Amino acid sequence: MIALRNVSKWYGEFQVLQDVSLSVARGERIVICGPSGSGKSTMLRCINRLERHQQGSIVVAGVELTDDQRRIDAVRRDVGMVFQQFNLFPHLTVLENCALAPIWVRRMPKREAEALAMHYLARVRIPDQAGKYPGQLSGGQQQRVAIARSLCMSPRIMLFDEPTSALDPEMVKEVLDTMVSLAEEGMTMLCVTHEMGFARQVADRVVFMDAGRIVEAGEPRAFFDAPQHERTRLFLGQVLH
Amino acid sequence: MRSRRDRAGAAATAVVAACLGYLGFRFLQWGVVHAHWALPPGAASSLCRASRGQGACWAVVHERFRFILLGAYPYEQQWRPALACLLFVALYAASAVRACWRPWLLGLWIGVPAVAVLLLRGGWLGLAAVPSDAWGGLPLTFLLSTVGFAAAIPPAVGLALGRRSRMPAIRVLSIAYIELLRGVPLITFLFMAALMFPLFVPQGLAVANVLRAQVAFVMVIAAYLAEVVRAGLQAVPAGQYEAAASMGLRYWPATLLVVLPQALRIMIPALVNTFIAFFKDTSLVAVIGLFDLLGAAKAVIVDPQWVGFGVEVYLFVAAVYFAFCYAVSRYTHHLETALAAGGRR
Amino acid sequence: MRALAWQAGAVALVLALLVVLVVQTAANLRLRGLASGFGFLGRATGFEISASPLAYSPRDSYARALAVGLLNTVRVALLAIVLATALGLVLGIARLSRVRIVATLARAYVEVVRNTPLLLQLLFWYSLSQALPGPRDALRPLPGVFLCIRGLHLPGLAWHGGTRWLVAAAGALAIVVGLLRGISRRQRDRAGRALPTARLAAGAAAVLLVGAIAAGHPAVTLDRPALMRFGFEGGMSLTPEFAALLIGLSTNTAAFIGEIVRGGILAVDRGQTEAAAALGMSRARVLRLVVLPQALRVALPPTTTQYLNLTKNSSLAVAIGYPDLMSIADTTLNQTGQAVEVIALVMTVYLALSLVIALLMSAAEP
Repeated sequence: MIALRNVSKWYGEFQVLQDVSLSVARGERIVICGPSGSGKSTMLRCINRLERHQQGSIVVAGVELTDDQRRIDAVRRDVGMVFQQFNLFPHLTVLENCALAPIWVRRMPKREAEALAMHYLARVRIPDQAGKYPGQLSGGQQQRVAIARSLCMSPRIMLFDEPTSALDPEMVKEVLDTMVSLAEEGMTMLCVTHEMGFARQVADRVVFMDAGRIVEAGEPRAFFDAPQHERTRLFLGQVLH
Repeated sequence: MRSRRDRAGAAATAVVAACLGYLGFRFLQWGVVHAHWALPPGAASSLCRASRGQGACWAVVHERFRFILLGAYPYEQQWRPALACLLFVALYAASAVRACWRPWLLGLWIGVPAVAVLLLRGGWLGLAAVPSDAWGGLPLTFLLSTVGFAAAIPPAVGLALGRRSRMPAIRVLSIAYIELLRGVPLITFLFMAALMFPLFVPQGLAVANVLRAQVAFVMVIAAYLAEVVRAGLQAVPAGQYEAAASMGLRYWPATLLVVLPQALRIMIPALVNTFIAFFKDTSLVAVIGLFDLLGAAKAVIVDPQWVGFGVEVYLFVAAVYFAFCYAVSRYTHHLETALAAGGRR
Repeated sequence: MRALAWQAGAVALVLALLVVLVVQTAANLRLRGLASGFGFLGRATGFEISASPLAYSPRDSYARALAVGLLNTVRVALLAIVLATALGLVLGIARLSRVRIVATLARAYVEVVRNTPLLLQLLFWYSLSQALPGPRDALRPLPGVFLCIRGLHLPGLAWHGGTRWLVAAAGALAIVVGLLRGISRRQRDRAGRALPTARLAAGAAAVLLVGAIAAGHPAVTLDRPALMRFGFEGGMSLTPEFAALLIGLSTNTAAFIGEIVRGGILAVDRGQTEAAAALGMSRARVLRLVVLPQALRVALPPTTTQYLNLTKNSSLAVAIGYPDLMSIADTTLNQTGQAVEVIALVMTVYLALSLVIALLMSAAEP
């Protein structure tokens, strides 16, 4: 589904991704973890071209990512993204937030788009908030709306960039539960997160990145119980307390 | 127990109050006690002239306020510019109420000036035609600033987007226009409009003075507004751009649906401040021969009857400008706090 | 590829517009029999200029007249910038004063100035000057200073002889002051006590002055303005136009600079003032050593904008008859009829002036 081959990226002199290769099969759930500055978010954002990679190739759902805007549009239609800061559109209601892209990108008629939006809002269990503005919702509710908004485009792949890091602790669970139920339905997911419990429960593979490289990758049980590299052990020691 | 600082403060207050009191007393003597408020019928201004320096001659205002406020408009038709003024004030009042911030408000900003122009021009529905050279005073000031501002917004948005564009040619053209028009004094541009616009159009096409000034204003306001819009666009969080892009929204839909609405909300206080600045700047058309509020005042004291009473006339005009501008600036202040506290709609 | 098409289209549109404009203008100029080109710059003007820093007569060329105008613009703009900055600083601090009446007065001043048009203020000051009495009944606010409808006449200084000694003394004084400050700073770093630099410098200045006078007998006479048949002669005089423009520009821009200074001071974190106060510094010292340096850094860019505005606003001199660049350009325009060339020239000069000021100010930035 997704194939990264020898991907490198520089910010000026600083190399943030060093020769990264990763393959994701359909229906696979990957959790990416690592210390801050390790390039995990950057790698994720390269997949839907929010960042440009300078070397290597990225192929998403059969389309190779280049500077060609048509390819980028095609990829973005199939890939949904959920951000750490939610990034809901504050001047639109929850319903309008979700229906915006279907109307303007997939050219759906308004009534159909709104029905679709209500379906996914029910799916994330907040259909009653459809008429409210994002500013009136709690953090956990906003993030669930963000997930519903991405789902409205019927993506084949979902990217999560530290979705719970900006939430108060009591709201983390409701978002994680939503993500778990998504995973159970067979969605291909790449998730950058610090929530190791979620990784253990849902991931097919856990990938550890440090200083722009993939250091170790493996099944959750093997990863958490018997990490092979010293750096992985160090990181796990700091995170799992 | 009074500290030394308190005593120094009290002393300063006393000194300043004494000075103020003395100046205030002298001003009241001149402006109120010994002033002439009106000329008795048949009397000439020599009555005023006799007490020049001792008493203010407010009679000049009393005699000529119609000209100052409404220009050289024919006497019997003066209800028309007066009505136009009321329409403009109603427009500003409506724009101030947050509940009215809907799309139809834009229609109002186009409609009211259009109606005002039709009212002033006449020539239909039995209204006598009045050429634009006779328009003046407050209606002209309102007209120039409102139309200038409203018509400048679309090009300003275009210029701001152009300045942020990644296409080098578009960016250079936008920067060139903005910096050129912001770098020259407004008066040179008005001169250019008054003297050169007739040269730009085919012979035979007469362009009214008012129209020349209006076009000049639109062009200059667009350049200044472009910077305001640009600041607003920069203030929209980057995450908004990213969220829109990640959903597959292309440049124009993302800009129109997501970025601009948010930018607009952020830049409203700056927009209003720019409006006020140009409202005052319309007074510059006095130098190119148009009789806006200030131009009419200047014309009054050129009249041999009223030569030398500039101070009184200008104080009156200053009061009018001050009343309007101060009210709007207070409103902006209130708006800034309201927007910061309340957040969204 | 799409991008290329957009850009090509935009450039083509702009070029087309310019071409149409130029062609139409040339056609119209020909039709009206108006001259083109910059040849008129060499012709004699035939008009007088009331206040000129250069020698100028009506036989001089338009180019020279415009140069005089430019010098006048620079003169009034520079002076106004200095006055406006000084007044603005005072205003900004006054607005934050604890003495309520001072703060309110400053606020009233700022509100009145900012909510009335600049042109109105200029005309007001000019009208005020026109309401002054004639030379015979001139006001005498100070001995030797005369204020009348013809202008402000001040006593001037005339040097006779011995100027060289005075210049040498001034140079020596500068060196002495520099040395004193260096020594004082070293003293302070080492022993904690500074030399009384100001008092020492004053003493040195007195000594040097006496020495110079004794050595070279420079005589300084006060050139008092005296009432002659047609007005005052001698001394320094400011025309009412210049005075009105200077006062109008300075007071107007000072209000804006005052607000910028106030904003800058308020932008300095309260914690800074609290920390300094906790260290026992007086309010004046806190202001001078801690708050103002930080505030001025914040205030510099908007102040640059105000200086640029002031320079552009000086063009309003055309409305009150002060012979600055714009006024002379206006007269030139009326006499030669060559609006396109004159206005293009004037715009270019003002753009260049703005560029110079912007460059100077960015060099001053820390």
